[in-house]
Amino acid sequence: MSLKRIEKKVLAGKRLTQEEALLLFENDDIFTLGRLANHAAVMKNGSNAYYIRNHHINPTNLCINRCTFCAFSRSKGEKGAYELTIDEIINKLKKWEGSKKRHMPSTPSFSEVHIVGGLHPGWGFDYYLDMIRRIKKALPAVHIKAFTAVEIDHFSKISGLSLRETLIALKEAGLESMPGGGAEILGSRVRNKICPEKISGRRWLKVMEIAHGVGIRTNATMLYGHLETYRDRIDHLTKLRELQERTGGFQAFIPLAFHPMNTKIKKARYTSGIDDLTTIAVSRLFLDNFPHIKAYWVMLGEKVAQLALLFGADDLDGTIMEEKITRSAGALSGHAMTREQLINLIEKAGKVPVERDIFYNPVSP
Amino acid sequence: MKSPVPKSSAESPRISRREGLQLLTGADLLGLGMIADRVRKKLHPEGSVSFIIDRNVNYTNVCINQCRFCAFYRSKGDREAYVLTKRRLFHKIRETIEQGGTQILMQGGLHPDLGLEYYLDLLRSIKKRFSIHIHALSPPEVTYIAKKAGLSVKDALHALQQAGLDSIPGGGAEILSDRVREIVSPRKISAEQWLKVMEEAHGIGMKTTATMMFGSVEGPEDIIEHLDVIRRLQERTGGFTAFIPWSFQPGNTELGEKSAEVRKRGGAARKASGLPIVRSSALLPATGVEYLRILSLSRIYLDNIPNIQASWVTQGLKMAQVALRFGANDFGSTMLEENVVAAAGVKFRVTVDDIMSAIEGAGFMPIQRDMYYNVIKKGSKGSRGQGR
Repeated sequence: MSLKRIEKKVLAGKRLTQEEALLLFENDDIFTLGRLANHAAVMKNGSNAYYIRNHHINPTNLCINRCTFCAFSRSKGEKGAYELTIDEIINKLKKWEGSKKRHMPSTPSFSEVHIVGGLHPGWGFDYYLDMIRRIKKALPAVHIKAFTAVEIDHFSKISGLSLRETLIALKEAGLESMPGGGAEILGSRVRNKICPEKISGRRWLKVMEIAHGVGIRTNATMLYGHLETYRDRIDHLTKLRELQERTGGFQAFIPLAFHPMNTKIKKARYTSGIDDLTTIAVSRLFLDNFPHIKAYWVMLGEKVAQLALLFGADDLDGTIMEEKITRSAGALSGHAMTREQLINLIEKAGKVPVERDIFYNPVSP
Repeated sequence: MKSPVPKSSAESPRISRREGLQLLTGADLLGLGMIADRVRKKLHPEGSVSFIIDRNVNYTNVCINQCRFCAFYRSKGDREAYVLTKRRLFHKIRETIEQGGTQILMQGGLHPDLGLEYYLDLLRSIKKRFSIHIHALSPPEVTYIAKKAGLSVKDALHALQQAGLDSIPGGGAEILSDRVREIVSPRKISAEQWLKVMEEAHGIGMKTTATMMFGSVEGPEDIIEHLDVIRRLQERTGGFTAFIPWSFQPGNTELGEKSAEVRKRGGAARKASGLPIVRSSALLPATGVEYLRILSLSRIYLDNIPNIQASWVTQGLKMAQVALRFGANDFGSTMLEENVVAAAGVKFRVTVDDIMSAIEGAGFMPIQRDMYYNVIKKGSKGSRGQGR
């Protein structure tokens, strides 16, 4: 089996098998791989590369899970532990809002707030509902993308509600979409090693399926570059592709490069830039039913993320004020990016910058 | 010399300036990378990537040239101006050797009070104490030293060589096109003079490297001009061991600040700056895609220069890994110390282990080398992706 045959299939728009994905991972010809992935991206999104003006909020780093790959989480009372009140969250958001408003009163300075945090040992479900309601009330024009499947499962446990009831309650409070975090590697062999306390891969998929069922669109991620093999990655992608086939509720797939600093996985190192690009490209080719592949610049660094636009990615995420999670593990990127920087990266890669909203609708600046 | 110097006429025909320009402006990056990768493989089929353990020692930051792209220089008398004492310098060299280093890269500003005698004494006193390769004094420094001593470049180089200078770094080349130099470094030596120093050095048996700083105000033609004059000189002398393209880092520099002002305030600031900043984004730092484009083209165009270095200092380790598939076969120096790029606000702190691990992670075997690309120590071959 050769790249030629895969090339034919890609050009004909045919679905790739697991064996073909493995061949792509192991193949040395990253240039042909990139070109094929770019072809697949262009078929889906033309030459568009999306970005969004967004704000990250990590409400707390207290977490009952303590995954081995995580450098962000703390236990109660531990040094560096923090928990934000809803007022503090709204003040943070308003501060940015306010600082821009003086110059451009008609445009909000960001259109999405992205909220993910630890599984707080004390907060009840009402606290989270209240958080969403009050953010929505304070900033009605801003879309709320919040809570990973892991948090949703946690909410269901602490509230005694079913997953479906939990998700409906959040949706009614103002939650509009969900990020794709907590997926890590879905297969249990690796998952049991890197995050034994976290919900199972099956449960993660279940939460997503129900979310899609109640009309909440979500993303999906994959944390790679630690203990997993290529086959584990492909198994992960396969599970996502199968679910997407049933629900169509995933918007973007986001491969997340593992960051080794301050984590408990001792032997691991940073992923290579070549592996990052390969993973983006294989994802684009294999996940033929996902509309978008995101090169998350906080994880990849600005330079590799830009290059990923030529390897199948069509989204750079956004301005991201205040990201804390990757930073705890030694992020190689800067803290935030301006629109000007994002546009420049996209244009210099030969793509067309399109500012989007949470649902990938173009936003006129 | 372990590295093969490719014969220009061998197998693939040399590309012309016009073809170079077409590739630079027209070719898609992956296509360009694919060609560069093939050329690299042909020249270095063994699948290894070399690096050198050394330290950048900047003996002074006082410089009369005051280039607009530089964040490192100070005026004499400035609070932060310095000249390293011998004691400090020896200490740094001792540390370098202790950490497995085999070379020091010594460069400084053009200090108005330091003459030929100072340098000769410095070189001799290092060689007397340490067994270490001295890669030092870029062409602007050599020219300044010669001029102040009333000597020809050739005689000055000869004296420096006698005193212990082993090879010359390729700095100060910036863009070898006087149109660009007049804008970014009006007081620095001309392109012709830079080439002359290198030619004289090669003539007395010294090896040198060549660099290019792109991403300031040059156009594609200037880049081709740069590559072309290097290729032509190499054809005559064969003295360049490596070519090192890196990108202008605007932080804390006159050029960076003025262009930021132009971006913010537009036309008036542009006029006041006196700089030909054409597009609003003209002086944002060069992106990764632009870097790889230049790198690939360099590998393809400079068919008579054996080695192309990836610049992890300006690009970060991940991009440097990617660069190994876009024409580069060398990771340059481990830079136990680096001050000049750091002054522009770009700092990647990296250990020798990080460098070796990055090379392995990109699927190559790391090789510690000396300035002549002789193997000092071999590592083990890495596997791309999951070499854990």
